[in-house]
Amino acid sequence: MRIDGKGLIDRTKPVRFRFDGKDYAGYKGDTLASALLANGVRLVGRSFKYHRPRGVLTAGSEEPNALVEVVGPTNQTPNVRATMQEVFEGLVTQSQNRLGSLRFDLMAVNDYLSPFLSAGFYYKTFMWPRAFWEGLYEPIIRRAAGLGSLSGKHDEGTYEKAFAFCDVLVIGSGPSGLMAALTAGRAGADVILCEESHALGGRLLSDGGTIGGVPAGEWVASVVAELQALPNVRIMLRTSVTGAYDHGTYGALERVGLHKPARPNLPRECFWRIVAPHAVLASGALERPVAFENNDRPGIMMASAVRTYLNRYGVVPGQRVTLFANTDQARATARDLMAAGVQVAAIIDPRPDAFSVEDCPVHVGAEVIGTRGRMGLRGITVRKGSETFEVETDCLAMSGGWNPTIHLTCHMNGRPRWNEDLAAFVPMEGAVPGLVAVGAANGSMSTHGALVTGHAAAVQAVEALGRKVSVPLPEAEDAPYRLRALWAVEGKGRAWLDFANDVTTNDVKLAAQEGFRSVEHMKRYTTQGMAPDQGKNSNVAALAVLADATGRGIAETGVTTFRPPYVPVSIAAMGAGGRAEGFAPQRFLTSDQASRDRGAPMIEAGLWYRPSYFPKPGETTWREACDREVNMVRQAVGVADVSTLGKIDIQGRDAGRFLDFVYTNTFSTLPVGRVRYGLMLREDGLVLDDGTSARLGDDHYLMTTTTAAAGLVMRHLDFVHQAFCADWQVRFISVTESWAQFAVAGPKARALVNSFLEEPVELPFMGVAPVRIGGVDGRLFRISFSGEEGYELAVPTRFGEALFRDLVARAETMGGGPYGMEALNVLRIEKGFITHAEIHGRVTAHDIGMEKMVSAKKDCIGKAAATRPGLWGPEREQLVGLKASAPISAGAHLFVPGTEVHRETDQGYVTSVCWSPTVDAWLGLAFLKDGRARQGERVRLVDHLRGLDVICEVCHPVFHDPEGEKLRA
Amino acid sequence: MPELIAKSALEGRSLTLGGVTLAEVDVGPITSIALLPGGAKAVAKGLKPLGLSMPEPNSFAEKKGARIVWTGRDQAFLTGADCPDMEGAAVTDQSDGWAVLALSGAAAVDVLARWVPVDVRLAAFPVGRALRTQLNHMNVILLRSGDYAFEIMVFRSMARTAWHELEAATHMVAARAGVKI
Amino acid sequence: MRLTCPLCGERDRREFYYYGAEDYLHRPSEGAPLAEWDSYLHLRDNPAGVTKDLWYHEAGCSQWLLVTRNTVTHEISSVEMVAGRKA
Repeated sequence: MRIDGKGLIDRTKPVRFRFDGKDYAGYKGDTLASALLANGVRLVGRSFKYHRPRGVLTAGSEEPNALVEVVGPTNQTPNVRATMQEVFEGLVTQSQNRLGSLRFDLMAVNDYLSPFLSAGFYYKTFMWPRAFWEGLYEPIIRRAAGLGSLSGKHDEGTYEKAFAFCDVLVIGSGPSGLMAALTAGRAGADVILCEESHALGGRLLSDGGTIGGVPAGEWVASVVAELQALPNVRIMLRTSVTGAYDHGTYGALERVGLHKPARPNLPRECFWRIVAPHAVLASGALERPVAFENNDRPGIMMASAVRTYLNRYGVVPGQRVTLFANTDQARATARDLMAAGVQVAAIIDPRPDAFSVEDCPVHVGAEVIGTRGRMGLRGITVRKGSETFEVETDCLAMSGGWNPTIHLTCHMNGRPRWNEDLAAFVPMEGAVPGLVAVGAANGSMSTHGALVTGHAAAVQAVEALGRKVSVPLPEAEDAPYRLRALWAVEGKGRAWLDFANDVTTNDVKLAAQEGFRSVEHMKRYTTQGMAPDQGKNSNVAALAVLADATGRGIAETGVTTFRPPYVPVSIAAMGAGGRAEGFAPQRFLTSDQASRDRGAPMIEAGLWYRPSYFPKPGETTWREACDREVNMVRQAVGVADVSTLGKIDIQGRDAGRFLDFVYTNTFSTLPVGRVRYGLMLREDGLVLDDGTSARLGDDHYLMTTTTAAAGLVMRHLDFVHQAFCADWQVRFISVTESWAQFAVAGPKARALVNSFLEEPVELPFMGVAPVRIGGVDGRLFRISFSGEEGYELAVPTRFGEALFRDLVARAETMGGGPYGMEALNVLRIEKGFITHAEIHGRVTAHDIGMEKMVSAKKDCIGKAAATRPGLWGPEREQLVGLKASAPISAGAHLFVPGTEVHRETDQGYVTSVCWSPTVDAWLGLAFLKDGRARQGERVRLVDHLRGLDVICEVCHPVFHDPEGEKLRA
Repeated sequence: MPELIAKSALEGRSLTLGGVTLAEVDVGPITSIALLPGGAKAVAKGLKPLGLSMPEPNSFAEKKGARIVWTGRDQAFLTGADCPDMEGAAVTDQSDGWAVLALSGAAAVDVLARWVPVDVRLAAFPVGRALRTQLNHMNVILLRSGDYAFEIMVFRSMARTAWHELEAATHMVAARAGVKI
Repeated sequence: MRLTCPLCGERDRREFYYYGAEDYLHRPSEGAPLAEWDSYLHLRDNPAGVTKDLWYHEAGCSQWLLVTRNTVTHEISSVEMVAGRKA
């Protein structure tokens, strides 16, 4: 019900929205919760386990009951807190966790089964028979588990991430936060002020009162106006600071577009990483419920929430309100209601010495012991001494005192302190370096206390920044905070602690009785505190009940650890910028468009997109194209873009010496104009990478790495250089991106290459020379990864596309053409060349038959460790070739024919396979125990995944042109 | 004899949206100068004709269209001018290795704040500063070329991804501009 | 987590690659006994308190850094460049 003249909503801007298929009206400035309450809707959800009817409990992000689904044009967001969701024109919402309608939820049968569903029910019930677990229990539990549901469709929404930096981060904008921001802002510090709600002011928007002699609302407005005018203050509304991390880093979730109709490119949420050397935690406090029988009915709310709905939203949630509270402060709710003309049916105060000044029935030393009204509160039962009586009421405002919102102070392992006067936990000082808790978050419960501590923390921060400031403190109420702790009212029935997860006082007592006496064990056994509200409403009361049940004090019982995030953060927001194209950079070759023009499917390799094969009309499978391309290279000429190989330019008088140190073999003796294959080890003796290095000048080398290991090798070279030889005359830099490089291979390769050169060159095998191509300086290497006479022609990247198109066009006139990754792979397997399929991080130079490449004349990285026992010898699996007449697979394992197939009889494994059109057989590269000595033997290849069981012949790994005559032609 | 046509990574693409302009620019030749131990004097001499010297960390300097950008320990990129012959350094042509994007406008700083984990506001990152950092998952060299202008050097092969990220952020920032705080 | 690179300044942890203990800097000389290599490669302390380890400013200046930090308090007391360090 709406009250005229109250609230900060904009009554000139009515808004229509939908809940469970019905249209309602609200105003701009309403939350879904306030708008539903204004429309008299009390039942908004069903509880998790017992499917109890539930209504709005709070007015903040801690809401455990009023969780709904927001239905968008492309997505459906579950578990949205109605207390945080602002209404806007066209907002569509629906209730969740129900079978049937919200009013007639078939799952509510669980509530009648509750005697069987107490804490530990799952652990006790679903243990046996074992066979029932997968087939029966799990599907039932899965169906019952969870709260809201997703659309099942891809989320097309826009999500954002961003980084922010400031001197002082102020978290919360109540009296302490505003005072801190104003003080730091006036000092000229760079300030970020984060407020979870959609307006600044915090509890001042709900509580009213006066500050500095003016109504609190006016004071808020004047401070906000000043802050908005300060260029050094950034105000972030709708932003929850979710976590405190090392070295002044904070996570924060901003609701950017969730309060308005979806628009293209408007982010729904933004996840901020904020870096701040100083932070002021002005997060306030959360009011805590009292546990009494059936305290979870729709219409039973926190006293502060009732006050918020009245003063901030102009809404009263009932016609006859009652108050059950154990502090003086909570009485303000009753007084504000009466002032607004709302009937307060009774005030029930459990403190025997409480005052009684209100103009309504006040029952001192009394407790609420029961409630009526399944779908909405109708009445309560009150006990005063030995007498019990009924009070008719449709809204019970309750308060068990306040818990300072200390969560962020615990994110780096800070343990809170128990404060007996407040009956609450307060932050440990210095728990998060740079973060100071102020106001109610630090146990200063009065407005005056909030202003003083907020000001002091800001002064401390700005002085640390070398600034000075003086801001007069306005006067404000400084009433003492008096309460008598009341966690649970004596009684036998079910009294809820954790509304969200349906945990009652009986569950906690049962846990204690069954030996789960530690707060950590109790939490896990009962699931208390493990719902979306993460125990914000229930943790302290639950451990108080546990302390009582185990005969200990609360301080001794201790608390569970608060961990980030403070509020639920959608995965989409957390991972913003990391989906689709944002997942990883896409690296494109200069030949990319030319390859796509020819219909080549592109595959990703080390972030690069490379053509898989180049289909021709009439070809229906990749194999047809691949076989043709292999034959083309073997018989005519093929062109492939090999620019992806890592290229490192190394210069200086000690360049050769450096290469000698990082490669197993010697490069300082390589003549200028020649290329040598090199093998690189890790310091532990295993192979890191291989590739060719060319000597371009006396003090100038060009190293190539494999595509996959280019980054790894650069990091390794940087380490070796900086750690062991930073004083050598050598520097190096990646030139991978600087050159477009094309392999030209086949019997007609020389003719094709020479047709491009201004002056043809005669290069020996493993030679390199500078060349001129169409007026451009390039490089020509005579190297081969195919086993045919091969060249690699390099030009500055800007000319890559033009050269590729031209090379391919001319190759085609010679019976050749482009070839892709598939053919490239077949060509290298036929020739026994290894890739990272073979040098996968577990093989030694000995394993791949290259132990002779480890020079005896010099030290190198990995040399010492490579001689360790177990890294060489016949017991190792050694590189061999395999030949078969039936399909074989990489990943298959090898066995001696006739032996059983199991782990103990395993003889090795296959790393690469292909169909070889050249050899007319299936070929493989494999690692086989003592393999080099076993050439000519037969082995049994088994792949259980693909159902293969094939006899193969063990061969030398080089199938094609073993003498290398073609290479040197 | 073939005629080789030069193409830049993004063929000079440009975009203006919500007061932010993003464009691929040509900065001319790019040369890496990496000092060899003891080479500082020789390099200083080599750079003298350009009126430039090796820059301090995280900075760049300009003279008559030539620019020298700090890129690492005892290392700098000379752009916009051919590198004079010099001793004392490993000199490597990097002209084709990088795509350079110019980002300008009042909201450019907000666009970068979506991807760059460094404070790029003017007070923390004034004109004349150059950083090696990240743009989402890509390593970049980021220059503050004006109060409202940046240049971003990214590996040429990743230029399309860099463009995609910056364009997406520009759209988001523009869409937010309608959001009243 | 933030590290202050001696060249680039204070940066987010995402710019750095973590390698391992500083032991990697103390490479045995050529011909050292295998036990010494075993220790160099594999034997590591796991202190609760001050530790020194190696980080690479991969997204920044490509320098290897020697970081002294406290595994209990997470405090970082120094970051030095590996190149040109005093042995």
